[in-house]
Parts: sequence; structure tokens; C-alpha cells
Amino acid sequence: MASNDAQFKPGFWGWLNKRLPVESFFREQLLEYYAPKNFNVWYFFGSLALLALVMQLFTGIFLTMFYKVGDTTSFDSVEFIRREISYGWLIQYLHSVGASAFFVVVYLHMYRAMMYGSYKSPRELLWLFGMFIYLALMAEAFMGYVLPWGNMSYWAAQVIINLFSTIPVIGPGLVEWIRGDYGVADATLNRFFSLHVVAIPLILLLLVALHLVALRQSGSNNPDGIEIKERRGSDGKPLDGIPFHPYYTVKDVVGVGVFLLLFAVVVFFVPTFGGLFMEEANFEPANPLSTPEPIAPSWYFTPYYAILRAVPNQRLGALLLLMAVLLFFFLPWLDRSPVKSVRYRGWWYRGFLAVFTVSFLTLMYLGLKPATGAYVTAARVSAIGYFAFFLLMPLYSRWDRVKPVPERVSFHA
Amino acid sequence: MRKSALLALALLFSPLVLAAEGEGAGAPLDWEHWQAGNEVSNTASLQRGARNFFNYCAGCHSLKYLRYSRMAADLKISTDQLKANLLPAGAAPADYVRASMAPEDALAWFGKEPPDLSLIARSRGPDRNYQFLKTFYLDPSRPNRSNNLLVSNPAMPAVLSDLEGVKEAVFRNVEVTVDGKVTTEKRFDHFVTVVPGQLNDAQFDDFVRDTVNFLDYAGEPSQVDRRSIGVWVVLFLLVFTWFAWLLKKEYWKDVH
Repeated sequence: MASNDAQFKPGFWGWLNKRLPVESFFREQLLEYYAPKNFNVWYFFGSLALLALVMQLFTGIFLTMFYKVGDTTSFDSVEFIRREISYGWLIQYLHSVGASAFFVVVYLHMYRAMMYGSYKSPRELLWLFGMFIYLALMAEAFMGYVLPWGNMSYWAAQVIINLFSTIPVIGPGLVEWIRGDYGVADATLNRFFSLHVVAIPLILLLLVALHLVALRQSGSNNPDGIEIKERRGSDGKPLDGIPFHPYYTVKDVVGVGVFLLLFAVVVFFVPTFGGLFMEEANFEPANPLSTPEPIAPSWYFTPYYAILRAVPNQRLGALLLLMAVLLFFFLPWLDRSPVKSVRYRGWWYRGFLAVFTVSFLTLMYLGLKPATGAYVTAARVSAIGYFAFFLLMPLYSRWDRVKPVPERVSFHA
Repeated sequence: MRKSALLALALLFSPLVLAAEGEGAGAPLDWEHWQAGNEVSNTASLQRGARNFFNYCAGCHSLKYLRYSRMAADLKISTDQLKANLLPAGAAPADYVRASMAPEDALAWFGKEPPDLSLIARSRGPDRNYQFLKTFYLDPSRPNRSNNLLVSNPAMPAVLSDLEGVKEAVFRNVEVTVDGKVTTEKRFDHFVTVVPGQLNDAQFDDFVRDTVNFLDYAGEPSQVDRRSIGVWVVLFLLVFTWFAWLLKKEYWKDVH
């Protein structure tokens, strides 16, 4: 193990390192952490997710200073922030666009893991922590969406909380317990504020820490799905690895630049993103007497929402919705392929991954449309494609004719 | 390859071409696709829009999130002008824009309280506000003798009719097949002006456009700032990313 030599250095640095392993921590975690050298653009989204999290926490702190929770004050206070706080509009847009950006980044990050088999042994726990982050993020985003107390906030809360009423026996009581009232009301808004600002961010930070520790334990996967730790040079360092710092720190900064560029274009020029990031109906205060048509959740939930509405029976629909989310957890065990990366898999897996991709995007689109006629039929077909990817995986991943995996990663300087 | 791309483009725009061709040839008035085409950075238009709003809208509608002083500063209206022309008696410049009409009167006279218009441009969009203000027509069956194409049976009367004039809507019967049964449906065709107003068509169009523009401003007063700051942020990030990329290239020379 690296010794803590810094403690013998003179002056404050030595004093500090004798008491806190600052230097050795950074050396072990950045300079002596070897990452595969063949990362492609898909590997930017991990660090970008971390950036999005920090940005949401930071802007959230400032919003909380001025936001006044309550069914008669929430809507007004958000408008007050946008209009009368210096640069309040900027903080508010950074936060609301940031939520969407977070999901864009997380979805691409998850898709990367699916393409390159990053969930497979020895990274099952890393994947599971990631999935729990995804669940917590969904809860965080949903509750945050309710806080402006616009009409879509109100009705989305109404629809999503009512999903719990489909649970047999305890359903109706559970819904009342969640809302704290007979309908979505002030009590619901207050508890969502507490959960959004305190409880779930704490859970998220804990899960992110575990996700990172698990990543350091097993090391990053790469587009070839080759374990670089298995090929070491005479100095004991992975032949295909390079120190995370400076190589990936400087590379990730480029990713951050491109991400912020796209993000700034949305924040400054199209913050509502044509009603996709901020719906028109949410510029009207919550009104239990006026239902927006159609009620659509935020775009990042629409694939699941489309599945829910594709099923005529509400209880079955809710069950399929739950299954659609939870199936991701089982990927490490559903996948029986001997290779990780899609580069060395056969046409069976590639075909099903394509079906999944098209189904997911189609469902995402359909969730924003009314549930009528051809839209419902399309949602049913896409839902079948979505579930087939997961449920048939134990079969097709075994039938697949995989290609031989090379010993070293492919890298072109 | 290029041919098919051109074909795709042609197909993409063909509905527009058809619609444009159909306009003159006796086709119904295409009011549902009218666009406000307003520009919030046009301060002169906003000033005219504010004048229109305070003359024709502010009696009944509030802008409860907008202060007079903020509006005056953004629209480059001096405090003297504000006090002389726009500020109601007894109101201070820092007050929010409130309707003159008492809510209980509104309920008695119109059956509902006129909505606050602070966010109407954000919840409906400028285009629909424009369509709404331009499609009032005479309807003797209504208590206020007017109706509207966008919002049928509105509580709001045709308050701009002294400027626009009074229009009658001409409907035609169209045969439609619903579930195999042929029924006739009344569809809007075009307007006929029966009483001319003080403004001609082009002047009234400008009037509505300015008003809608002002409401767009009132919905998000910082939007002009937002865009102008955005340009600098994007320029900075372009330079930053370019330097970051050069740095990355330099470091990665060592990686083989």
C-alpha cells in the first residue's frame, strides 16, 4: 500500500497529513487509479451525472432561501423568485432545466452500461447502487415537480399517487397516508418539500458514495468489455490503463464544456423547451376543478406512463409499470452471455438491444400524447418490445454467436 | 442520396405549400395557424402594448406579479410619464398592477372574475392570445352579444370592437361521416365586417400584436436580459471548451 509519506514533510502540509490522509487519498484515488485508456464519448456521462447532482444541490439551496411552501404561497413564491430576486430566474431555470439534464445524462449513462455489459460480473453491485440512485432520482424529481404547485404539478401528483391505490387491500389507506389528506393538498405539498429538500438528497448522496466506492473496487469497464486488471506489465500496472489524473480529468473537462454549452443554450434561449421541460399548464396555479388535457408527466417518466395507459386494467397497468422499472435491477442475472460488450456479441443481442432502444423512445413519445386509437396500439406494440428485451434475455443471450474477445483493448491514438 | 434528401425535404414542406395555395381559393380562414410574430426586444412595440393594455384591459384584468416601476424601467418609461399616464390614482410606482374593477362586481356582471394576465402568455402562448383577440364576432344569442372562435362562449365581451369594428362569422354546413352515419356540422368559414371600426385591418393587427407582445413581456420580464446574457455565456463556453480540448490533446500525446 502507498505509504503516507506526506506526514513527514515540513510545515502545514506535514502537520495536516499526519492528522488527515489528504495527499495519500488523492494519490490513491486519482494518480494511482488506473482507468482503461479506450473510453469513448459514452464515458463522459458518469462525471456529468455528478456535475448535475452538484448543480441541483447548489441551485436548490438558493431556491430554498426564497421558496415558501404552502398551497397558497408556493406558486406565488416561484413567480417571485423568477421576477424579483436578482438572477432568481437564472437559478430557477438552472434547477428546472437541470432536472431534465440530469435525466438525459443518467439515461445515457445507463444505456452505456447496457451496451458494454458494465452490469455483468464483477460489477453487479455497482449496477444495483446505480439503479437505486435512479429510483431515488425519480422520487426526487417527482416531488420537486409538485413544489411549484402549478396545475400540472397538482394533477401529476394526483395521478401518480393514485397508482398506489391499485395495491390490493392496503392501497386506499396507503394513498391517504402518502397524501396526508383525502386529496392532494397542503399537507402533501409540505411533506414533499421536506422529502425533496432533506430526505432524498441525503439518500442520493449516500448511494452516490457507495456507487463510487464500488466503482473503485472493481475498476471501470470499457467499450471492449475487457478486464484491464488481468493484463499487467512488469511494474504491476495494467497495460491498458492510464492514471485517472491527469488523463481523464482533462478529458472530462472537455465533456463538461460541451455539456454546459448545450445546457446553457437551453437555459438561456429555450428554458421551457417547447413545453417539455416546463409545461404550459404549470403556469396556471393548481386548480382541483380544472384538469389539464392531456395530463402528461415530465418527459423522463413518459415511457412508463405510456406502458401504464396501454393496459386497459389499471391494476395490471400499474404492475407492468413497476415491472418495467424493476427489470433493470435483474439485468446482471438475466444476461447469460460470456462476453460483455456489444462489439463482440452476435446479432441476437444486437437485434434485441435495437428493439429495446426503439421501444423505449417510442414509449417516451407516446406518453406525451393522448391515450387514444393508434397511439394506444403503438404503445402496446412498444411495450411488448420493451419487455421482450428483458424477459427473453436468458434465452437469446445464450443462443447468441459471440465473437472472440481480444486480449488487449482497441485504442487508436 | 442527394435526390432522396431533396424529395424528403419536398415532402416535409408539401402540406405547407398546399395550405398556402388553398388560402386564396375560397378555403376557410386559417385562423388556427395565425402567429403573433411578436418580438419582446422591440421596446417601442412594448410601450404601445402597455398603452393598449392600460386603456383596454386593465379595467378588468390584473398583472399581479408585475410592478409599475419594474415595467417602467424595462420599457424605458420615465417616472413622470408613468405617473401622468399609466399609474391609477392612489397607486404607488412600486405597486403591482391591479384591475380597477372590484372582484364582487366582476362576479355580478360577468359571472366570473376576469383572470389575472401575468402569466397568460406563458400558459397559452402569444399565438393563442393573438388568435383570441382577433376572432371575436357578433352573436346575438349571447348575453354580451359576442362570441369567439378560440374560446367559445367567453365571459369576456368584444371589448376591442370600437377599434376593429363588428364582424359577423359566416359558417357553412359540412357533411361529416361519424361511425358510418352522415351528419352535417357547422364549420367556420370567414368573417364579414358589418360595422367598420376606427382602425383599418393593418392598424388593428398591429394593435393586437403590440398588446400580445406586452403580455409576452409581462409573462417573463427578464427574458430580454436572459437572451443577451446567454450570448456571452455561450461564447465563453465555446472558448473554454476549445482550450480544454487543446489541453486534453496535449496530455493525451503520451498515450499510445
